Amino acid sequence: MRTARKIAMVVIAATLLVCLNAGFLAPAHYAAEFREAPNAAPSRAHWLGTDALGRDLFSRLLYGTRISLLLAPAAALLSTLLAGFIGGAAGYLGGIWERLAMAAADLVLSLPWLFLLITVRALLPLDVSPLISLAVTFALLGGLGWAAGARVLCAGARGLRNADFVLQARISGMHGLRLFAVHVLPNLKPVLCAQFWISVPVFILSEANLGVLGLGVAEPMPSWGGLMRELESMWSPLHEWWKLAPLLLLVAVTGSLQLLISREELTA
Amino acid sequence: MARKILQHALMIVATALLGGLLTAAMVRFAPGSSVDERELDPRLSSGSRQALRQARAAEQNFLRFYVDYLRRAAHGDLGISRTLNRPVRELLAERAPATLRCAGLGLGIGWAGALALAVSAAVLRRTAYDAFATVLAGALLCVPAAVLALLSVFANGPAPLVVAVIVFPRLYRYSRNLLAAGYRQPHLITAYAKGVSGARIFFAHVLPLAGPQLLALAGVSVSMAFGAAIPVEAVCGIPGIGQLAWQAALGRDLPLLLTLTVMVALATLLANLASEAAAQMLSPKAR
Repeated sequence: MRTARKIAMVVIAATLLVCLNAGFLAPAHYAAEFREAPNAAPSRAHWLGTDALGRDLFSRLLYGTRISLLLAPAAALLSTLLAGFIGGAAGYLGGIWERLAMAAADLVLSLPWLFLLITVRALLPLDVSPLISLAVTFALLGGLGWAAGARVLCAGARGLRNADFVLQARISGMHGLRLFAVHVLPNLKPVLCAQFWISVPVFILSEANLGVLGLGVAEPMPSWGGLMRELESMWSPLHEWWKLAPLLLLVAVTGSLQLLISREELTA
Repeated sequence: MARKILQHALMIVATALLGGLLTAAMVRFAPGSSVDERELDPRLSSGSRQALRQARAAEQNFLRFYVDYLRRAAHGDLGISRTLNRPVRELLAERAPATLRCAGLGLGIGWAGALALAVSAAVLRRTAYDAFATVLAGALLCVPAAVLALLSVFANGPAPLVVAVIVFPRLYRYSRNLLAAGYRQPHLITAYAKGVSGARIFFAHVLPLAGPQLLALAGVSVSMAFGAAIPVEAVCGIPGIGQLAWQAALGRDLPLLLTLTVMVALATLLANLASEAAAQMLSPKAR
């Protein structure tokens, strides 16, 4: 298991290193069109072939990986912060605040995740610039993914509410936000870290699902979801195997993250 | 017990009403909600345009829009779909059977597979077998549901099987962990030492402990199946609720999406209530 985790770390580190240097390593810009070679098979000029518009798939994969791998943790950070604030404060305050926050979490959790995502995504305009669609997609993931984490953090903060050191701080005259920030929140850090790591692969997969359904990042901006939409135009996975490259990379990265999460959860 | 169920029922009503209200508010404040592209049709007379504007004006106040929606819903009128130009009630009646068949069958197959693997992994306790099942579930968890649906199209696989493959890894992980925790109880060592049979240990000691939580998981799995229905129906071309929700999202048919949201929330909450009631009845503490 230790070897598997080392391999997982290497896979993530190598993918990050390559995608962060996409500007140097990619043979072309992600939106550059080679009109003379649409739907081309892999060659020296285009390592993973081209799409229907003649765009180099290898370049798009590098840029798309960078977007998905950097913005999924950003969305996870947003959802963890929201979960920490809502769940932590609810558990710490207790009473009506806890009941209200947990009712809101139940409301969000009662809806299937993908259903909730497409519902809220549809409420926002679909014909926006690629950059805005990118921000909207990942902000949506971060903004809606707080509920499960908030329940866990609420339980954690509830346990700390009457802890000896919190009572001692109260007796010493520390109250409100300062007590929450100095004594409660640092003790929730392991749970917050576990929630963050759990959210990253969930958001990567959610973005991929949204992309395949045409509700994700707008063209020509590449992301793993958008790149996997290309699979729809593939007539056979055996004959056009190179089009499976984004899927294989996504499986490798999310699989590696899943392996590392079990370690994070154990340490939490 | 009755009080707890009543509390849950009230929670369902409150959640559905609040969920619908929030969605109505989002419909009202969504960018572009005050614009109707039909007004651009040059064939329409000024009277028709005025009628369209008046119809939309009634939807501007979100509270009024929502109260109207509830009043009409109580009479069975769920509104008209803007993109499909058909009553939502008619669309729901037409599409629900396909989703129930696809998601229900998929859920059944997923549960059967997950329980079969989880029980055998817990009973056999062979490291290699457990590792194989865990790796299989872990690998399936890493593939997006929509891509699984796409791959099934290439393989001519049945849609319920895709739903089963999507829900299986989550169900397997929880079930396996619950059963493994059951087998780790200290008094089972005594039971083994006394020569109690494996079947008796499973049915008398492990299952009663894991049963209520497995039932709670059954309620949650309904939500998983509904979630899986969207990409599966959209990609495999099954005319169900999932495909309808996807089409409504692409066409920004917000009233239709609002109705579907409330319906799905009610269905999942009812499933959770039923599973929790069953879990309460089976719980050793309750007995």
